[in-house]
Amino acid sequence: MTALEVTLRAVAVLAAFLVLPLLVGQTEHKVMAHMQGRLGPMYAGGFHGWAQLVADGVKFVQKEDLTPAAADKRVFRFAPAIALVPYLVALSAIPIHPGVQAATLPASAVFVLAIIGVGIIGTLMAGWASANKYALLGAMRAAAQLLSYELPMVLAVSSVCLAAGSLSLAGIVTQWHWWWLAWQAPGAVVFLTAAVAELQRPPFDMPVADSEIVFGAYTEYTGLRFAFFLLSEYAGIVVMSFLFAVLFLGGWHGPYAGALGWLWTVAKAFAIAIVIIWLRVAWPRLREDQLQRLAWLVLVPLALGQLLLTGAVIAVTGS
Amino acid sequence: MTAYDIAFAALGVVATGAALLAVTTRHLVHSALWLVVTLGAVAGCFLVLGAEFVALVQLLVYVGAIVVLVLFALMLTRAPIGPSSEHTTSLAHRGLAALVGAGTATLLLAVLLPLAGGPVDRREVASGQLARDLFGTWVWPFELLSVLLLGALVAAFAVSRAVRPDTGSAGGTP
Amino acid sequence: MIHLAGPYVLAALLVGIGLFGVLARRNAVLVLVGVELMLSGGTVLLVSAGTAGQDHWTGGSILTLFVITIAAAEVCLALAVILAAFRLRGRIDVTEGSR
Repeated sequence: MTALEVTLRAVAVLAAFLVLPLLVGQTEHKVMAHMQGRLGPMYAGGFHGWAQLVADGVKFVQKEDLTPAAADKRVFRFAPAIALVPYLVALSAIPIHPGVQAATLPASAVFVLAIIGVGIIGTLMAGWASANKYALLGAMRAAAQLLSYELPMVLAVSSVCLAAGSLSLAGIVTQWHWWWLAWQAPGAVVFLTAAVAELQRPPFDMPVADSEIVFGAYTEYTGLRFAFFLLSEYAGIVVMSFLFAVLFLGGWHGPYAGALGWLWTVAKAFAIAIVIIWLRVAWPRLREDQLQRLAWLVLVPLALGQLLLTGAVIAVTGS
Repeated sequence: MTAYDIAFAALGVVATGAALLAVTTRHLVHSALWLVVTLGAVAGCFLVLGAEFVALVQLLVYVGAIVVLVLFALMLTRAPIGPSSEHTTSLAHRGLAALVGAGTATLLLAVLLPLAGGPVDRREVASGQLARDLFGTWVWPFELLSVLLLGALVAAFAVSRAVRPDTGSAGGTP
Repeated sequence: MIHLAGPYVLAALLVGIGLFGVLARRNAVLVLVGVELMLSGGTVLLVSAGTAGQDHWTGGSILTLFVITIAAAEVCLALAVILAAFRLRGRIDVTEGSR
């Protein structure tokens, strides 16, 4: 790989990282609005408010960047980067077309899971450094939630890895057959639930429950740093959607996969992103104990059952 | 000196520096955060040494779960912002500890460095080979470990349920 | 090609620094941080043994995985004890018992 190629790949990932979350954000505005029988943003940019998020971004840049007097300033300022960067790195390992991914790794599935797990430290740093009770509570809730949901998520992914006999995301897609849709269905449900919980999106938005603890770990943040946290949430949706499309929906498989494979991956991921948005509109927030109960008593057994099923099918068919 | 040596040296310096800060800083939470940096750099070292899977597990388990637990515990046990003097030890105590630490490091260096020899070929550990050995040769220790994990889980649960102080808001169901 | 002196130095330093952390700290959670540093010194040594090429059955890597697993169990249990002690006494000073 030459230096030029490396630069090109990095720029491509960065561009995707900056554009796709905005796209998801705008979709959320409009899809949510229509589900709730309203219009959503209509003015910015003229046509159906397409420039609303750009306007929001400009607003965030203009706002004053406040750091509370009692805060641990260095940790407080550094936290948004820790929350954001893991998703950028994770995005670089996701294949969208045969042979097309920014970084080729032999064990990319493990890599993506590992790097996503680092993001939680950003939330903990933000919550602790804010010197605010609500922020600390939010950070603790976030940590407890993310630790609980990491386990079913890893188990669901390992089931797919077992089925494909590969730890590489590209290898998994290559092995994928349409009947995996039924075979891996419980794992897919577990993964999607755990992914929404990892993103702290409704119905799992206990850590940022605005009616109880203002905005959780992000209460004290303003301006651009707050925007980074928002961006990390939407980037998270993008990464999780792509991961779901690649692991469970067969990535680039579809008619004319040779030429249009990348389009299939993107379309599947986008459909999943819309489902994640839909969940926000359709479900009320779970209480903290319900949240933990769901993780440990429903998702973990379900994921273990899926692992057992995958193992049994492989042992019987001998593939 | 090869490229691997230079990469390892850079990561090693980061790991050592962060480890020093982790054990000397007066800020409780900073200590855990420096531990994150150390463990991340050590994961990088594993990558340079050719153990890709181990590096990823280190990141997934250590950084993603263990350190988060440590941070969690620090925050539950009152970790103030700013330097805290509640738990500082005397200068003599720390001096003695530094002496023992330096002595151990020197001893280990004296034992290990003569074994280093010249440069060796760097071998990548393939995940497939690792899995075959793990579930072949090492399968009994592996099973034993799973029992250990289960035991630790149950014990941790028992310990946290057993304590019910008369006062305070802590504790499970009465 | 890689020199093994690097990993050996790193392992020795991590163990030394970790030992200092264990001895010099009185906050139980920070003692645990020192223990983690010592363990990672050990894992560096194990992995470098795998690189050195004299490891049968991929022992270097697998034993490192084992150490990481044991560390997870140890931290889980230690934190449970520390939190229980904190609830009972309101302090997590490891020199408490000696007074």
